Amino acid sequence: MSKLIVHRGLATWGEALVPLDRFRAAAAEAGVRLTPEEREAAVRSYTAAVPDPAPVEGPYRRIAVFGGVYNNHFGLAALLDDAARRGAEAVYCLGDLGGFGPNPEKVRPLLAQGGVRAIQGNYEESLAAGREDCNCGYTDPRDNHFAEISYRYTERNCSGGYKAWMGELPRRRRVRVGERELLLVHGSPRRINEFLFRSTSPVPFLEVLLDQHRCDGILATHTGLHWHRRLPSGRDAVNVGVIGRPANDGGTNVWYAMLEEGEDGLVVDLLPLAYDHQGLAAEMRREGLPEEFVETIETGWWTTCLEILPARERAASRF
Amino acid sequence: MSVPELKPLAAAPRVELKSLDTLWFQVGGTVCNLACTHCFISCSPTNHTHEFMTLAEVRRFLDEAAGLGVREYYFTGGEPFLNPQMEAILAVALEVGPANVLTNGLLLDPGRCARLKALEEAADYSLDLRVSLDGYDASSNDPIRGAGTFARILEGIRNLAAAGLNPVITVTEVCREAASDSGKERFFELLRAMGIHRPRLKILPVFQLGAEAARGGAYESWQRLREEDTPEDGWTHLQCSSCRMVTDQGVWVCPILVNEPSAKMGDTLADTLESFPLEHSACWTCHVYGVSCKT
Repeated sequence: MSKLIVHRGLATWGEALVPLDRFRAAAAEAGVRLTPEEREAAVRSYTAAVPDPAPVEGPYRRIAVFGGVYNNHFGLAALLDDAARRGAEAVYCLGDLGGFGPNPEKVRPLLAQGGVRAIQGNYEESLAAGREDCNCGYTDPRDNHFAEISYRYTERNCSGGYKAWMGELPRRRRVRVGERELLLVHGSPRRINEFLFRSTSPVPFLEVLLDQHRCDGILATHTGLHWHRRLPSGRDAVNVGVIGRPANDGGTNVWYAMLEEGEDGLVVDLLPLAYDHQGLAAEMRREGLPEEFVETIETGWWTTCLEILPARERAASRF
Repeated sequence: MSVPELKPLAAAPRVELKSLDTLWFQVGGTVCNLACTHCFISCSPTNHTHEFMTLAEVRRFLDEAAGLGVREYYFTGGEPFLNPQMEAILAVALEVGPANVLTNGLLLDPGRCARLKALEEAADYSLDLRVSLDGYDASSNDPIRGAGTFARILEGIRNLAAAGLNPVITVTEVCREAASDSGKERFFELLRAMGIHRPRLKILPVFQLGAEAARGGAYESWQRLREEDTPEDGWTHLQCSSCRMVTDQGVWVCPILVNEPSAKMGDTLADTLESFPLEHSACWTCHVYGVSCKT
């Protein structure tokens, strides 16, 4: 019990006890104290624009944007049909071509046929660089165990030519839709494997990110879950979702985004996409991929990569 | 009563602030209804080194943080729920970003848990709670956290679960087996037995500061980072490259060093956007153990 009273009038300074006043005085003196002008300058410099040499493509009236193919060539074939049917003038892929699903090489000709313009995801970056892991950014050992199975399978079944092609993809693209200049990235404009979940991507954070990267909208993927925020500034942040596996919502369809020039700015449609998921499940089984992965394709519920989900998204999942 | 002299080595490496993503609030000060023997800032009912923060103080920093694009907010202490304004503070924080609360679980009665659930449901952003536990049973936990606390912590966790909130259980490596797979599985079993179907766990190493220095031993002089320890890709794995900590007495580099006046960086966030010298022994722990206080 002595510890409960030992602090009366005293403060902890490292491992020692000192009179409270002495700690307070030292704390009051410590650190820097900028003038109001210096503070403004410090914030200006912190939030200053990040140079980006990426050329601007377009302008287009309507584009389709998808991410996370995860070797799902059934999903990619369905997407190319759907996007063409809806009149997309250009089709963009935000990376993560491999992982999870079967036979990576079946994706490559579809990308070429569809004229898909891709950027690198962490998967392409890792495969092209010969990394030991996918650099997905998981922290849980079970998640990492399954991520490793995915990566090893894809790595083993990708040709050198495909990997080299992945290494030549740009890390970002800028595309004009109507009047709007959109920045296309994999994770976030800051990091290829940063997770932009809806419940942890607050408005003030996104506004500063858009300021720093001088664009009217950011399109990202990487989390596997689609969302859209129209910001108070009228700009947009969109996670286009993935076409490689369902969105952990009990549905077997996958998701992508259609962006269109509208009268009041950008029109963002997040679209569900049905595909031959039974065909995919059967091929995954033939390839000996984990039954946990096949279950996700058949039920729409994630069985792995769950620990990275924020509280809100996790509460909505079955497992 | 002597103030410990800090003897920085000739060349402590410096960590740049890459981006201010995580802002911590020492909202409960160093005041706690427990006096855990491993507490690195020696919190107790009578430790007023840092006091409660007021809603107005928190709001001032939330406003400044919005202009810097902060991504998430963490609230700790002391015990945050001793602060009578804690729920009002959470409501304000959840308007601008996701919030995380680190609590000892003793003040989580059913009424409070229901109010927290209501806050969580009303918010556009995630609300996450973290409850500390230091053993699988009373005989391992109570010598660290206090007599009778094991049963009371479990009651708090049950109340959260009953309200539909699934907390992250934080265990320090004072619990020796906690870091092993079998140790983690024991915690998962304990939580599943309480009706938590998706148990969540975070293991933290101990910082040999404050009460822990007396319990488990203080740092030795070799436990410091030197310039030559700098990794190829810099210090971005350290949380101080992307966080700051606000207390009632200003802005500090990180949640661990709030009892070191030399780790106070300024009075506003704008004062603290520069680099910081990794001259403290705790910096060594974060580097060697790969620690992040974040969930």
